[in-house]
Amino acid sequence: MASILSLSSTDQYLIIGLKLSALLVSGVVLLVFLFLLNESLPLLSQISIFQLFSDSSWHPVDGFYNLSPMLTATLLSTMGALLVATPLGISSAVFSRYYAPAFLKNGYRRLIELLAGIPSVVYGFWGLTTLAPLLATFHPPGVSLLTAILILALMILPTIALTADAAFLGVPTVYYSSAAALGLSRWRVIKDIVLPAARAGIFSGLMLAAGRAIGETMAVLMVAGNVVQFPTSAFDSVRTLTANIALEMAYAMGNHRSALFVSGLVLMMMVSVLVGLTEYFKRYKQ
Amino acid sequence: MINKVATVFIWLLAIFVIAIFIFILSDIVIQGMGHISWEYLSQPPSDAGRAGGIAPIIVSTVWIVLSAVIFSAPFGLATAILLSEFTRQENSLSHWVEKCLDLLASIPSIVFGLFGNAFFSLFLGLGFSILSGGLTLACMVLPIFIRTTTEGLRAVPDDYRYSAAALGMTRYAALIHLIIPAAMPAIIAGLMLGIGRAMAETAALIFTSGYVDRMPDSVFDSGRALSIHIYDLSMNVAGGDSKAYAAALVLIVMLLVINSLAIRLTTHWQKNRIINHEIIF
Amino acid sequence: MKSFSKSHSRIAGVQTGQKQSSSIPYTVGPLESGPVCCIPESVFSIKHLSVHYAEKTALEDVSLDIYKGCITALIGPSGCGKTSFLSVLNRLTDMISGCRVSGQVTFNNRDLFDSELNLQHLRRQIGMVFQKPVPFPLSIRRNLELPLRELGMRQSSKLEHCIEAVLSDVGLWQEVKDRLDSPAHSLSGGQQQRLCIARALALKPEVLLMDEPCSALDPLSSGIVEDLIQKLKGRYTIVIVTHNLAQARRIANYAGFFWVNQQAGNLVEFGRCQQIFESPRHQLTAAYVNGNRG
Repeated sequence: MASILSLSSTDQYLIIGLKLSALLVSGVVLLVFLFLLNESLPLLSQISIFQLFSDSSWHPVDGFYNLSPMLTATLLSTMGALLVATPLGISSAVFSRYYAPAFLKNGYRRLIELLAGIPSVVYGFWGLTTLAPLLATFHPPGVSLLTAILILALMILPTIALTADAAFLGVPTVYYSSAAALGLSRWRVIKDIVLPAARAGIFSGLMLAAGRAIGETMAVLMVAGNVVQFPTSAFDSVRTLTANIALEMAYAMGNHRSALFVSGLVLMMMVSVLVGLTEYFKRYKQ
Repeated sequence: MINKVATVFIWLLAIFVIAIFIFILSDIVIQGMGHISWEYLSQPPSDAGRAGGIAPIIVSTVWIVLSAVIFSAPFGLATAILLSEFTRQENSLSHWVEKCLDLLASIPSIVFGLFGNAFFSLFLGLGFSILSGGLTLACMVLPIFIRTTTEGLRAVPDDYRYSAAALGMTRYAALIHLIIPAAMPAIIAGLMLGIGRAMAETAALIFTSGYVDRMPDSVFDSGRALSIHIYDLSMNVAGGDSKAYAAALVLIVMLLVINSLAIRLTTHWQKNRIINHEIIF
Repeated sequence: MKSFSKSHSRIAGVQTGQKQSSSIPYTVGPLESGPVCCIPESVFSIKHLSVHYAEKTALEDVSLDIYKGCITALIGPSGCGKTSFLSVLNRLTDMISGCRVSGQVTFNNRDLFDSELNLQHLRRQIGMVFQKPVPFPLSIRRNLELPLRELGMRQSSKLEHCIEAVLSDVGLWQEVKDRLDSPAHSLSGGQQQRLCIARALALKPEVLLMDEPCSALDPLSSGIVEDLIQKLKGRYTIVIVTHNLAQARRIANYAGFFWVNQQAGNLVEFGRCQQIFESPRHQLTAAYVNGNRG
């Protein structure tokens, strides 16, 4: 029965203005996609998608556009980073919430929050000047897939820890207290009651961290070695898709430049899949 | 028994994590400290950055971040207001907006760099400029700012909205005089978080705001951001490492200040929320 | 007949805001006549009103009239839709998502849900006081100034005069005149509720809707607020939701008894207060007012 005409004219203008603004904002993602597509078209109209995975190598100047070595590097470094960072991150969250004495609790979490703000270029820089030489003494050349994995793990650790912490916050305290009242030890309670209850939150935090790792450019650029090859061991130098764009964009022209935009599209698709997965699990778990 | 093992293990891991970060931070502080001085902060770089200071770089960074905030704040605030105040009537629009923001938030920074280059630098003809970089960063910062602001607005109790309406105030008047002021700490915290993100950004700026390290004349001029300076010194300039440490220290200090302000404001806002709900009789 | 028209003109005088000297409080004056003062002139005419929310029906088929200058008490246990009923009268239900209202409601012989109606003007004619005192997180002065400024009153002298007058009416002036710029949240619960009533009165409404205004207050403050409501009788049309039967008995002219029937609230009986409490027609009403049910 209530009609929008009853709203004062000020409010009517307000709502129109707000809606326009929101449309503009949501249009940005569409704009990004469109411009990427536009710049990719010159190449995509000339070659088939298969070439992106089956060409003999990545030599765009000569017309070879195989993205697979770099795609592999991206995937391996992300998965490796997740493997390393997940136990560390979750245990950090468990520590700060359930094991830390009162005076450390907030301080620990505050420290992790501040670490989440350190720029990737600083991590990369440190990796280049300290970690890489250290690893080089074990197995040259210090800049390799392993270095990239370790630096990435450091970078996504705060994300995992903070989202896990938020997930633990969401677990009703009554679960914890009733389990403790039943005489279960602290570790048992955490392992069997709290962690499963926080599973959904932790999972979406992992997806967030994976997205961040896939998209990371500067740090891997500085420590991964930047050789376009399939890694045969963790000590091989690799180049990720992101690092590749950053390195070659400065001088790429024509189809080469197009190819870089294509790899940008591939990256966008990968993270969109992650976002979709998170959405799907959120709704499925509900 | 396993409980004790678990406890020891968890403590060790926690200490390990903290140790690594303290190691990294102290490494930077120790190596960078020596170069920090008033001259460093007020002189331009010379010898490709191996000597001199970072004054024009700080200025460029500030201008880039400022333009990012100026362009993202109004649209971000408007969108947050729509999502928090008018969601109830327009379900499908706000759902769509939130999904778009989630996607936007997940896009890698280098992809934003590609977009910024194609759209702002080429299509709009802004070239390599502070404005290009700032606009690109504005797009990146939008989701964070909107998320924090929306939460802040939603936290303002509905009672105020109903009371204001019952007094014959328009929604607009209630927003301007009541709700936005009440949510101000959260809004500012969101801005700070956005600023922090913008300052840490490198990949999106390489192909939009450029590399030029002299003092910019205007926002249409190219400028080098602090993060790019660190990158350049460590990767492209032989012997630039020591100056890179100094620049990294300056950047970290600036970010620490901004992020602590944001965190302090957020906890202050949350405390105030509790006071709002408990009216003392 | 003479006293009838005299009280009528007194009310009319208040509503056109005739200037009175500053020594006489400006909305409340000597009571013209006793509790049976009401002019049975209907301000609200409600026919077959139903209110549905997304998950449930709050009210089903309610019909009654609200009379001018009288205090109408809505009694009944919790969950009977009394608050929803009140929210319909100033169209606050428009703000609740998923809320559908059906039926016919007229206010001063005009359709309340007419789309041509100016909602802001309507809500200034119908004031509302909520169960929990909701002072804005601003100073006392700003709490009162804000709706007045929105009304269009800009001159600070007029604002000052209005604020002093309306705070005197609710009995707060002496208590707060030295700290008008302190935050409204620093007041006690009873003072906050009186501030909210003052805020609503400042707009000079015809009708006051009150949703259990005393239930969140301590007995002392509750008594002060109740005395205030008594003073307003005859000058304003008041609709008050209350759980306190003794209070309803003390102050109301008319009473409507609500009950839950098949998970929806409905009106069991409505009539003059004396009749509802002493000779109710419905068995349920009798059981409720005697404390046997609810």
